[in-house]
Amino acid sequence: MSRLLEVRGLQTAFPSATGETRIVDDVSFNLDSGEVLALVGESGSGKSMTALSILRLVPKPGRVIAGEIKLEGRDLLDFSVSEMRRVRGGRIAMIFQEPMTCLNPVVAVGAQVMEAIGLHDQIGQVDARARTRELFAEVGIPDPEARLDAYPHELSGGLKQRVMIAMALSTRPEILIADEPTTALDVTVQAQILALLSDLQRDRGTAILLITHDLGIVNELADRVAVMYAGRLVEVAPRQELLSNPLHPYTRGLLRSIPALSPPGVRLPEIPGVVPSPDHWPNGCRFSTRCGERFEPCAEIFPEETAPTSDRRVWCHAVDASSRDPEGEAL
Amino acid sequence: MDVESYVVSNSVTLGLVLACVWVARVVGREPIWRDAARQLWSRRRLAIVVVALYMTIGLVDSIAWKGGIPEDVVDVLPNAPLTLLDRAFLGTKEASYSAPFASVEFYGAEALKRPGQHPFGTDILGRDVLYLSLKGARVALLIGGLTSLIAIPLALIFGVGAGYFGGRFDDFVFFLISTLASIPGLLLLIALIMAMGRGTLSVCIALGVTSWVGFCRLTRAETLKLRELDYVSAARALGVPELRIVIRHILPNLAHLIVITFVLMFSGLVLSEAVLAWLGIGVDGSWGQMIDGARDELSRDPIIWWNLSASGAALFVLILAVNSVGDAIRDVLDPRTLKDSS
Ligand SMILES: Nc1ncnc2c1ncn2[C@@H]1O[C@H](COP(=O)(O)OP(=O)(O)O)[C@@H](O)[C@H]1O
Ligand code: SF4
Ligand SMILES: [Mg+2]
Repeated sequence: MSRLLEVRGLQTAFPSATGETRIVDDVSFNLDSGEVLALVGESGSGKSMTALSILRLVPKPGRVIAGEIKLEGRDLLDFSVSEMRRVRGGRIAMIFQEPMTCLNPVVAVGAQVMEAIGLHDQIGQVDARARTRELFAEVGIPDPEARLDAYPHELSGGLKQRVMIAMALSTRPEILIADEPTTALDVTVQAQILALLSDLQRDRGTAILLITHDLGIVNELADRVAVMYAGRLVEVAPRQELLSNPLHPYTRGLLRSIPALSPPGVRLPEIPGVVPSPDHWPNGCRFSTRCGERFEPCAEIFPEETAPTSDRRVWCHAVDASSRDPEGEAL
Repeated sequence: MDVESYVVSNSVTLGLVLACVWVARVVGREPIWRDAARQLWSRRRLAIVVVALYMTIGLVDSIAWKGGIPEDVVDVLPNAPLTLLDRAFLGTKEASYSAPFASVEFYGAEALKRPGQHPFGTDILGRDVLYLSLKGARVALLIGGLTSLIAIPLALIFGVGAGYFGGRFDDFVFFLISTLASIPGLLLLIALIMAMGRGTLSVCIALGVTSWVGFCRLTRAETLKLRELDYVSAARALGVPELRIVIRHILPNLAHLIVITFVLMFSGLVLSEAVLAWLGIGVDGSWGQMIDGARDELSRDPIIWWNLSASGAALFVLILAVNSVGDAIRDVLDPRTLKDSS
């Protein structure tokens, strides 16, 4: 697998009373071609902002203040406005949480997909329509011909999300960023959409950055998982290892609160408290205000990145200590 | 002049008629608008018919051509371009005042050329008041329409631009709005007309320049909301160019505001012109001017009342009808009702 996207030291900030608040801070990860990377974390941890930073669509007055976002070696932050526009929807497409509101209510859905196709390919109306019909069939929209002329309000939430996916796929992107693609949908529809994304990843080889607050859906789709908390990554690991052996206390907290992974009848323990707002993030480990395993340096000193194995990374003093000590003794 | 003004007027009229046909087709195609049009019709039949009547009169008074004037008509130049309306009233000019349906002149008792055929009487120059009032319809539509065509695009460009792009442009627009809002409207209006010289166009430009601010504020605020909509973000994420987003996603969402503003602005503008006419800087042939002219006639003895009544009634009925349609449009197109139905 080749390295498609490489994010290094990404910092995104909004101006605040005291200067700038970094709502995405020093985030680094890779996405290989054909891979599904899940970005997981509670609401407000900066997942959407990370995604928008990649597309350079951070809402004003926010901006990316540092870092590199390399798409096959070229930094997107150096791209011109028109180059960037070709990347958006062309090489990197994004779908959003709310299929209800992501489609223009006064334009037929087929026309919206055809418009998206027309943006990146010079093809005629008839061809665009035919391609839209194929896309609708591919994303599992029943009776695609009739649905082309439907208006968004005539479709269910699941169908609308399928239309959004069709629109995102219309230009054969190499990367699909799916920001909470199933959060607004019913449980059964959620499973269908996840299955669809999984099929697309397999059949087309599209790399997917799957953003979710629900570790439960990670199990079905992701190859690797990056856990984010309060603007920082706390743990990155292959899915299997993360689920079976979570190292970071926050990851463990998230895992404990998933119904499917706990014995039935047990009341799910939640991580106490909520994500503090960006201007109340502690200097040290950002999780230290809620962490049950907090000890001396946590609140003051930010934990360094540690790599317990070659494909895992974690930021925690506790892990730091335990993984470094044996080596120290060996010396 | 290379192109005579009546040719221009004919072409513009043709253009407007074609534009109306096109709008009607678009409205017929889009379910939301078709629905709105139907509801509007069921609510305000009479007012719509009245407005349509005025528009027809304006239309009849807009198509002009030369020639075809009978030999015995002496009060127009032989090669003057005359409109359909002019031709319908050819030769109705009397020597002086006639009361409505009178058979002799109002002062003195000389026989009229057309006894009993002036339902609203004639003015001091013997011109038929019904004819003048009907001619006022075109002037009123011209003032309301042309001015809106100046003011609304101005408001949209500045308002949508400021709201969507923000930054420096927003600051500039805000400065412009504040400046305009801090100058008394009427004074600015008079100054502009004085600077540009009298005439229909300069009155319309002056009215346009002084009346876009309110709508500009509205579109700016609305655009600020719209640009945060999910499907605008989604469009951006798909690489849709900004200008195209504005045209495809922002403007259609302002359409109802444009329609409502156009209709409500229209009547305000026609009334403003009446004020200008009273100050002696109105548009020739407007009802405002007729009303202004009728001021002196009220002091005559016996009183000449039909001039004022006819022009006043013509103005009043049009404003009433337009406002009533405008109110209904607002009800029908209100965003909240729009959302409920979709
Ligand atoms: N326009 C904005 N101005 C200032 N802060 C913002 C803005 N939008 C989002 N934020 C902050 O950025 C943080 C991350 O938001 P987001 O990326 O949407 O989180 P997630 O997608 O993980 O739920 C939040 O704490 C939020 O307060
Ligand atoms: S660094 Fe300390 S506070 Fe932070 S997660 Fe690890 S143990 Fe908890
Ligand atoms: Mg989010």
